[in-house]
Amino acid sequence: MSYPPSLYTEQLSLHYGSKPAFRDITLAIQPGEITALIGPSGCGKTSFLSCLNRLVELTPKAQLSGRILLGEQDVQAIDVIPLRRRVGMLFQKPNPFPLSIMRNIEFPLREHGIRQRDEIDRIVETSLKDVGLWEEVKDRLKTPALSLSGGQQQRLCLARALALNPQVLLMDEPCSALDPLSSEVVEQLIVNLRGKYTLLVVTHNLAQAKRIADRVALFWVQDGAGQLIEAGLVSQLFDAPQHPLTAAYVTGARG
Amino acid sequence: MTNETIPPRSPVLSPQHSRSEWLSITLIWLVVALVTGALLWLLTDILWHGIGQISWSFLTTAPLNAGRAGGIAPILVSTGLIVGVCMAVSLPLGVGTAVLLAEFTANESWFGRSVRLSLDALAGVPSIVFGLFGNAFFCKTLGLGFSILSGGLTLACMVLPILIRSTQEGLRAVPDDYRRSAAALGLSRTATLWELLLPAAMPGLVVGLLLGLGRAIAETAALIFTSGYVDRMPESVWDSGRALSVHIFDLAMNISGGESQAYGSTLVLVTILVCINGTVSWLAERFRKSRILVV
Repeated sequence: MSYPPSLYTEQLSLHYGSKPAFRDITLAIQPGEITALIGPSGCGKTSFLSCLNRLVELTPKAQLSGRILLGEQDVQAIDVIPLRRRVGMLFQKPNPFPLSIMRNIEFPLREHGIRQRDEIDRIVETSLKDVGLWEEVKDRLKTPALSLSGGQQQRLCLARALALNPQVLLMDEPCSALDPLSSEVVEQLIVNLRGKYTLLVVTHNLAQAKRIADRVALFWVQDGAGQLIEAGLVSQLFDAPQHPLTAAYVTGARG
Repeated sequence: MTNETIPPRSPVLSPQHSRSEWLSITLIWLVVALVTGALLWLLTDILWHGIGQISWSFLTTAPLNAGRAGGIAPILVSTGLIVGVCMAVSLPLGVGTAVLLAEFTANESWFGRSVRLSLDALAGVPSIVFGLFGNAFFCKTLGLGFSILSGGLTLACMVLPILIRSTQEGLRAVPDDYRRSAAALGLSRTATLWELLLPAAMPGLVVGLLLGLGRAIAETAALIFTSGYVDRMPESVWDSGRALSVHIFDLAMNISGGESQAYGSTLVLVTILVCINGTVSWLAERFRKSRILVV
């Protein structure tokens, strides 16, 4: 597998109608690393994430300005369908389709032009193995995905995203809707993806950010819009924060 | 300091409460009994008077002596053709419009709002008005004359608002999560629509289809002016044809001594309606299960 690309946002701002979501975010996301986005609720982390695969375009009245580079390419210059294949996403709430476990992975594959039965079977198996779900579901691939437990559903969603062989994975609080045990399993999976994909994880859980991330970016609402306060290596942000807000947030004094 | 809080009275044991509970339960059952009773009375009456008329020859021969004798074969064929024309036109148009409104038009946009409002207004228009419109537009302006085609098209106009609105509601009830996660996987809107949204919206579509079919097959007023009265066997959709409900109306109101035949025809109509209801629900459930898995 080729090395995953970096992501770079330049002066990125987003408005919903006249209401600003975040302003002037310039952030470099290193290839193959896990970058955690932290900060209090409503500071634009999730909105920021959904700009990177242009999912924000589904929201009426969303206006984006600035630039996003995926590797060397401006994402606006890439067709959304191949873009979203390269930049996968995992949502907070597990959202498998109301189809069978098999069809959940097979349907997107087919839509992206992979139609050979044996190839589909191979990809379904490897991606389910990648998320440690294969042994649990291999005998019931034809049963409804919605009958799985929450943690299993989230892992299926991850498998569904991985099956498309993306380069970047965006995760919006992927563990926060899960029970502690499932949350640990998913967290471990994310750690195992390091190096193979460029990973961006929104999390409210500071301990989790500290455990899994290579770099951290802190968002905060200032002047009515989310702003990037500080970004850097985990050790830097947690042990030697430059900004007083960062210091207050990571010690739990604010936020 | 003394504790002044009064212990809460148990709601179950309070006599007033149980009395009002008893009253409302009785009332609810009374209403249920009334509604079921009225329906049962109606059905029993039709069955009682109509069952004697039903025979193989009643279903397979032409009416004689203005319907006092003979059967209803040509009327069944005309009804089938009229409903067929109606559904062939209204189903693709209705589902297409519903998809456009629900998936490609913002809910609060000017266009979406005005279309919804017009549809709701249209759904409440009395069928006789549709009949006059069909007569003026299909029979005269388009020159289709009194024909099964005119009747079917008029019914299609009448059924469309119901079909569109309930399909649209069905699509709206599908959680947005599916759309977002499908988009995030790089799936096209067409694929999402066919594979996820339409199957998930199937219950709404079926309700619309059933209401529409039921309204179409039982329609009288809109057909008198458009598909006409002729009770001969139609040779094509360009011929005039008498629908079952028009036949019942005619026998009951205009033909002395046609009452028992009217009962027989009514029994056939009700039976057809019940069968259509059952079949459509069954087919839709099968389609939904083959696409979408319900837990």
